[in-house]
Amino acid sequence: MIGGLFIYNHKGEVLISRVYRDDIGRNAVDAFRVNVIHARQQVRSPVTNIARTSFFHVKRSNIWLAAVTKQNVNATMVFEFLYKMCDVMSAYFGKISEENVKNNFVLIYELLDEILDFGYPQNSETGALKTFITQQGIKSQHHSKEEQSQITSQVTGQIGWRREGIKYRRNELFLDVLESVNLLMSPQGQVLSAHVSGRVVMKSYLSGMPECKFGMNDKIVIDKQGKGGSSEDGAKSGKQSIAIDDCTFHQCVRLSKFDSERSISFIPPDGDYELMRYRTTKDIILPFRVIPLVREVGRTKLEVKVVIKSNFKSSLLAQKIEVRIPTPLNTSGVQLICMKGKAKYKASENAIVWKVKRMAGMKESQISAEIELLPNDKKKWARPPISMNFEVPFAPSGLKVRYLKVFEPKLNYSDHDVIKWVRYIGRSGIYETRC
Amino acid sequence: MPAVSKGDGMRGLAVFISDIRNCKSKEAEIKRINKELANIRSKFKGDKALDGYSKKKYVCKLLFIFLLGHDIDFGHMEAVNLLSSNKYTEKQIGYLFISVLVNSNSELIRLINNAIKNDLSSRNPTFMCLALHCIANVGSREMAEAFASEIPRILVAGDTMDSVKQSAALCLLRLYKTSPDLVMMGEWTSRVVHLLNDQHMGVVTAAISLITCLSQKNPDEFKTCVSLAVSRLSRIVSSASTDLQDYTYYFVPAPWLSCKLLRLLQCYPPPEDGAVKGRLVECLETILNKAQEPPKSKKVQHSNAKNAILFEAISLIIHYDSEPNLLVRACNQLGQFLQHRETNLRYLALESMCTLASSEFSHEAVKTHIETVINALKTERDVSVRQRAADLLYAMCDRSNAKQIVAEMLSYLETADYSIREEMVLKVAILAEKYAVDYSWYVDTILNLIRIAGDYVSEEVWYRVIQIVINRDDVQGYAAKTVFEALQAPACHENMVKVGGYILGEFGNLIAGDPRSSPLVQFNLLHSKFHLCSVPTRALLLSAYIKFINLFPETKATIQEVLRCDSQIRNSDVELQQRAVEYLKLSSIASTDVLATVLEEMPPFPERESSILAKLKKKKGPGAVSVTELEDNKREGGELNGEGDRGPDPAAMASSNASTPSPSADLLGIRSAAPVGAAPTSVGSLLVDVFSEAGPAAPSAAVNDDGFLSSASPSEDPAPPLSEADELLNKFVCKNNGVLFENQLLQIGIKSEYRQNLGRMYLFYGNKTSVQFASFTTTVSCPGELQSQLNASDQTSGTTGRGWSPDPTGTQHRVLTDFSDAPLLNIKFRYGGALQNLTLKLPVTINKFFQPTEMTSHDFFQRWKQLSQPQQEAQKIFKANHSMDTEVLKAKLLGLGTALLDDVDPNSENYVCAGVIQTKGQQVGCLLRLEPNGQAQMYRLTLRCSKDSVSRRLCELLAEQF
Repeated sequence: MIGGLFIYNHKGEVLISRVYRDDIGRNAVDAFRVNVIHARQQVRSPVTNIARTSFFHVKRSNIWLAAVTKQNVNATMVFEFLYKMCDVMSAYFGKISEENVKNNFVLIYELLDEILDFGYPQNSETGALKTFITQQGIKSQHHSKEEQSQITSQVTGQIGWRREGIKYRRNELFLDVLESVNLLMSPQGQVLSAHVSGRVVMKSYLSGMPECKFGMNDKIVIDKQGKGGSSEDGAKSGKQSIAIDDCTFHQCVRLSKFDSERSISFIPPDGDYELMRYRTTKDIILPFRVIPLVREVGRTKLEVKVVIKSNFKSSLLAQKIEVRIPTPLNTSGVQLICMKGKAKYKASENAIVWKVKRMAGMKESQISAEIELLPNDKKKWARPPISMNFEVPFAPSGLKVRYLKVFEPKLNYSDHDVIKWVRYIGRSGIYETRC
Repeated sequence: MPAVSKGDGMRGLAVFISDIRNCKSKEAEIKRINKELANIRSKFKGDKALDGYSKKKYVCKLLFIFLLGHDIDFGHMEAVNLLSSNKYTEKQIGYLFISVLVNSNSELIRLINNAIKNDLSSRNPTFMCLALHCIANVGSREMAEAFASEIPRILVAGDTMDSVKQSAALCLLRLYKTSPDLVMMGEWTSRVVHLLNDQHMGVVTAAISLITCLSQKNPDEFKTCVSLAVSRLSRIVSSASTDLQDYTYYFVPAPWLSCKLLRLLQCYPPPEDGAVKGRLVECLETILNKAQEPPKSKKVQHSNAKNAILFEAISLIIHYDSEPNLLVRACNQLGQFLQHRETNLRYLALESMCTLASSEFSHEAVKTHIETVINALKTERDVSVRQRAADLLYAMCDRSNAKQIVAEMLSYLETADYSIREEMVLKVAILAEKYAVDYSWYVDTILNLIRIAGDYVSEEVWYRVIQIVINRDDVQGYAAKTVFEALQAPACHENMVKVGGYILGEFGNLIAGDPRSSPLVQFNLLHSKFHLCSVPTRALLLSAYIKFINLFPETKATIQEVLRCDSQIRNSDVELQQRAVEYLKLSSIASTDVLATVLEEMPPFPERESSILAKLKKKKGPGAVSVTELEDNKREGGELNGEGDRGPDPAAMASSNASTPSPSADLLGIRSAAPVGAAPTSVGSLLVDVFSEAGPAAPSAAVNDDGFLSSASPSEDPAPPLSEADELLNKFVCKNNGVLFENQLLQIGIKSEYRQNLGRMYLFYGNKTSVQFASFTTTVSCPGELQSQLNASDQTSGTTGRGWSPDPTGTQHRVLTDFSDAPLLNIKFRYGGALQNLTLKLPVTINKFFQPTEMTSHDFFQRWKQLSQPQQEAQKIFKANHSMDTEVLKAKLLGLGTALLDDVDPNSENYVCAGVIQTKGQQVGCLLRLEPNGQAQMYRLTLRCSKDSVSRRLCELLAEQF
């Protein structure tokens, strides 16, 4: 189990130090600083073993979070906890920065006491935590006795993530499908690797203790239904179904039901939460195609032409498009011509950055650049890939929400009374094309 | 140097540096640098030429970026351009960039060298200095190649400025240090010496460093510098402190120059010219006098400078070692420093005194400080100072104060620092041995040593005790008694048990008369320690037990009981188990006479240099002694001085007892101690042989079943010259292994194997002396026409000159056709300076390549008839040289390589053999018939081969054998 948890700033100064177990001494704090933060070579592994002690770290902007243990713990559990810890902190005070950590150190210690007990992770649900760990310390004293007992029963009860007696005038539900699409493509347009990692994020304002059921075009479910119905129907719906490689759920989802029936049913927490995460690798819709053309003219000149083609319904609009074309290290000057958007040579990043605000589907646009070089015969340019950022209003994996049903047997509102909002956002992850 | 004007401040550079300093993170820094690099690239690329100022600025920025640890792969050209600028600051930056970032980029080097050449030939002294500094800073071989001839010229030119001369001298020094072969001595050398007379002190100081370095390599060329240096020194020493103005440092005139002069003089013997010598002695006296004067300043710099000169003067006095008066004065001066407040001074004083102690003039004077030194050893806080104190005690020790010093060192050992304990132990052991008046004191000291610092007592130390005890009859009884008493302590160190086991095993009988140390008591005492010891010690104890059985027959039952118990006879350690089994068997089978012979007292050791001394020398080797090095030292030490200090191994005990104690028989060295002809087999197999069926009565005969020994006896005759090589050769006609050659120095064993037309021969060289052979080389050659008949290739795999070569030399033979001569082996080595040259014939004979052929009587005679041509037959009738015993004959014929065919010849007395000789090209069938005549002591040998030359040669060879 986790023996201790430290937070450092970028210089390696300790901001937060919480030790849970006796086997972790004070010197562990320094050991991590010396061997990881100040290491000669950059430490790339998130797990470091120093003198039979394991350090698991994540980095958020300039802040290092390190969990320490002497035991053989489940590393994924530790990282899951660290990420959860980051979520909780950002839910409480926004961005995790040195200043914010310093300003909220009492709160952080309070949170650490609550979510980690003797090194064992406890309830880390932001919604639940916010009911009894508040930012203004005085406020908590105004809890009435009933409220306090309610909190106790919630936290210790079976459904720790939702308290009873929630009431809303309007029962609303927001569902976002957020996907990031990763791609590596050869210069000839061959897909070398591609996958989508997606999240279903929900925000629910529902009264009482509602029972929800979520349905999507999961291939296994569709096929199962297809067997029951007519074969024609199955073939038709089979086209639209997607194969999910793996997925994880929020703790509110009943896993036993998912295992047996593959249906996702749950009692939702109040407010924001992430219902599931998933990953797909088949039949991915690639929103953009990048076609690079690089020509070396002599030793001192390079001509680059990049064409991007949008590959989705022309009624949809992609946003925040940014193409990053790396330039050789001996670049001495760049001339740019682009039809759309703005392009600039950023010397500090050794790249040409081309930004386009909006672009409709089934269009194409191009940029051409002339790069002047200083003659240098020692090192050959490695030609790093061209990368791209964008945001599109659909799910590149092809995921569709088929239904989200809400049942509340005790209170008298039905599925139809709930206002539901569904949104798809596809973003670029690491979206690269070799040139 | 021109002052930096305001315009040269380079604001852009300052802004860039402050930007970098203000970066919050590494990423931000990299971004800023990338931006700057792109800017500089565009500037350098730009069409309009840059002015000198901006070029300088950008080159500066590049340099700064490089120094931050980023790669810079452009801008070299601009830097080189700066070199040709006329402004000092621009040139300076150019040279700075070049010296930091130069790489052996061919085209650039040429340009740079050109620029440097221009500057060197310019009249401007600052430019010349810049160029010289650049050459010295880069100091590469390329630079040396280009300028090594140029710089001496500048150095000795009459019109060169002083500052340039200074730089040139130092630059030349640097080039000489990096590539001495490129700096040619010439007529300039004599003129360099005269720089010592230069008016300018800076030039003298620079020149003297150069001269010191040069004169260490070529002392003769710079001999004249001695008198010049002495006169210079005397001028400085006698000058008033204000005379030298700039070169007076805290009231001390030119301290650096004085030190360097004194150091230069240390490269040469005392001057022969009386006047010069008188002047020098005067100088040294003045320096010693000045040390006595009250300090002119309380500043530490003043005393440091003064003492630096003083110590340098003292080391010169020690170096000359010819002025008793000065030596004693130096010693007294150092004696004062021994009690100085300053730790560094005490350290230096102890260190210098160590060298003083070895001089005959000052040895007595040093001895007067013994109390102070002992005090230092006890009370110094710094371990390095204590170490020096210990060194000094060791150095000043002689017969008169040995007891005191050894006692003090022993008592200090109890509290000594761990890092110096091992060395201390060695020193105590050496002193105790070297200055021992009576050996009981020696034994007491060493046993004390083991008691106090057992962990640090290395193997060599206790081996040495045993060697000494065994070699001196008078001390044996005392040693046994003391060891016995020491072992009675409840906890004693394993090394003590080893010594105890060995000495009681050898000399336990000397104290057995006393009822308090009766044999059984001795045994029980030893055995009570047995279970706490490591395997090697246990093995040693087992050997001690078997010796007890011999010494005290009354303990036999008890000891056999111990040997028989499961923990011995079934011990998981092979060595222990084997010893237990063999000793048990030996004690129960052998008669008392045999036991007494086998387990006789160890013979005395040959006197030789103490192995401990060698070890100490090793330990004091250059550099820090790391743990691994120590290990190495131990190993090397063992190999070098002990002929394998294997410890008093019972195998060695047994073997050297069992065999006739040869002069080289050595308790500690199985490898060389093994008697004549012992093969480099493992200890285990040697033991097996000793106790094998041949019985202990004739143990030496059974050492090796390869037949080593049977051949060893005839070869004990004096070293045969080449003429007798044929005789040697004949010995090997019928056998493959044995001793090829032996004289007082060298023994050569041979082992060979043959298959078809290939043969492989291993030669084992054994060094019978205790000295290492130098430049030991062997060559194998095929004389004359043999070359075309036999391919002999030499595969020397490294021969060590000492002991048995672990990797034998291998030669490989390939028969092309039949042959009659033998390849020659030539051995050359140096022994005691004299070149030894030996040429031997390698016993490769045609019959080695026989393949036996079995055939019936019918077949045999059919073939016999086929080979009926007169040339094919060779016949010889000769007298028997050896006995005509049937078995011996059969063995010889089988050894020949042919098949011995029974029931072929109608006369059963006759021997009939058949075989095929395999050569590369063809096979030669051979039939042999040997008809002995018992009455006449004669043989008739008939050979028929398909090739006539083969039958003749074989006939010659075989006739010698019977």
